[in-house]
Amino acid sequence: MATTVEAAEPRAARWRRGRAPYSLLLPGGLWLLVFFVVPMVSMLSVSLQEGSLERGYELTWRLQTYLDVLGKFDTQFVRSILYGLMVTVTLLVICYPLAYTIAFRGGRWKNALLFLLIMPFFVSFIIRTLEWKFILADDGFLFGTMKNFGLIGEDFRVLATPFAVIGGLVYNFLPFMALPLYVALEKMDRSLLDAAGDLYSSRTSAFLRVTLPLSLPGVFAGSLLTFIPSVGDFINAEILGGINTTMIGNVIQQEFLVNNDYPEAAAISFLLLAGILVGVALYAKALGTEELTG
Amino acid sequence: MMRPAPSDVVGPEGAVEAPVRRSERREWILPVYTGVVILYLFLPIGVMILFGFNDITGRFNFTWQGFTLDHYRTLGDFPDLITSLKNSLIIAAGATLVSTVLGTMMALALTRYRFRGKSGANLFIFLPLGTPEVVLGASLLSLFITMGLDRGLVTILLAHIMFNISFVVVTVKARTQGFNREWEEAAKDLGASPWTAFRTVTLPLIFPGVLAAAVLAFALSVDDFVITLFNAGGTLTFPLWVYGASRFGVPPQVNVMGTLIFVIGVTLALGSVWLQRRRGEEIVADYLR
Repeated sequence: MATTVEAAEPRAARWRRGRAPYSLLLPGGLWLLVFFVVPMVSMLSVSLQEGSLERGYELTWRLQTYLDVLGKFDTQFVRSILYGLMVTVTLLVICYPLAYTIAFRGGRWKNALLFLLIMPFFVSFIIRTLEWKFILADDGFLFGTMKNFGLIGEDFRVLATPFAVIGGLVYNFLPFMALPLYVALEKMDRSLLDAAGDLYSSRTSAFLRVTLPLSLPGVFAGSLLTFIPSVGDFINAEILGGINTTMIGNVIQQEFLVNNDYPEAAAISFLLLAGILVGVALYAKALGTEELTG
Repeated sequence: MMRPAPSDVVGPEGAVEAPVRRSERREWILPVYTGVVILYLFLPIGVMILFGFNDITGRFNFTWQGFTLDHYRTLGDFPDLITSLKNSLIIAAGATLVSTVLGTMMALALTRYRFRGKSGANLFIFLPLGTPEVVLGASLLSLFITMGLDRGLVTILLAHIMFNISFVVVTVKARTQGFNREWEEAAKDLGASPWTAFRTVTLPLIFPGVLAAAVLAFALSVDDFVITLFNAGGTLTFPLWVYGASRFGVPPQVNVMGTLIFVIGVTLALGSVWLQRRRGEEIVADYLR
């Protein structure tokens, strides 16, 4: 009797232990299932429906909607990808020297500098963007004053140009590029640089052949963290842009919330998502970062 | 006062010193660059703080007209502002609480156990982070429309918990990666119940990570505009109020609120860093004793 109890005990314990990770995952997993997966399925079904807000919608498996929106909004699709790429490249150029300086030259000021870097982002996204609109206003305190002194032409403007939208995106997503770059550079083994120096490598070639390759995971993470939100963004284009700078996010928002054309809006959302997934996969292949990210 | 040319340096050090000198001359470039970038980051913040004190005459807050504290004094006169702030705080508190608990549980499962389907679970949790906000918002709206659910405070809360969970998991995971499970086992061997072992050993160890995740969740929730816009119905949250109030120029009240939130946020962040540093020192001290 006693032996069977003793034998059963560990098995029960083992079973309980084996079950533990699943029961820890269950509540959160269910939440994501109901409010992330189910909505996606629901949106997929909406994109295949026909009808209007008044008449109601019916599932007709109409794939034509996808082709329709591609033809109708091709400009915005292309523009969003273009803006996203420009934002990502600009941020790489701005943030690499910045992250490098903090990681290698920050010394005891490292944490203080990092804090200064994220401090402006304690102000809400929408207010930050509105302040840029205020700063760049056609007759605002900056350009208005310059116009009064005749430094720039009367019709000079930055708002409603691609420059304003891309500039806003660059500003708003800067930490998402700077921080992953910093993390990658910071955890680099410094003795590798000494080794390169001992082997008569110049500083430039040590940078190109040691530092840069080792920071690629940061480049990868930073690029994704800035490209994805900027391609899908509509706030910057809405606040800082004009009719010639609308992005695909603006179209989704407009179709969903203003025109109430749910099937079209859903189809555009799916195309955007699919485009991003394909782009990310290709990028991961190109950088050869399959192992780097793991 | 004249600096010796590299050739004047006598002895074997000469070869070493020359390249150091040359790099010294360019040493200022990177720090100055860093300073310029930080100034650029603070430009809109400075403008925001300054124009919250602007003594405007009409409705338009475009140019500097004089210093006043009026906008701070009259904040209470904007009922929509107060309501939206209240809504934002309620939503953020609820979303933070639920998402931190659910996300921490998931992070513990992912860092402390080996099990089938782990990499799949990791990928699944990562997916919402790789989806543009506008798509997350639109898909939830599709669901709520299909279900015929009225949009409002509840739908915003449901949505915020969803997007916060993944952020919490990632944050807590990063801080518990090196966590040693044997300590908890030791507590159990010494007769602690699983709950006691969790409460007295595991939780204090992962607490900094959980706190960081909760702060992040709160900040993301208070600041969210896109997903909220899709699922708010007629309910106002703070970012929605700001957007509505700033159709034509930025009213001083927006600058004032931005300034207040900025000051509170920075104070809290510095305070928590200070607290964590002290906690860290205590843990190290205990360990060395």
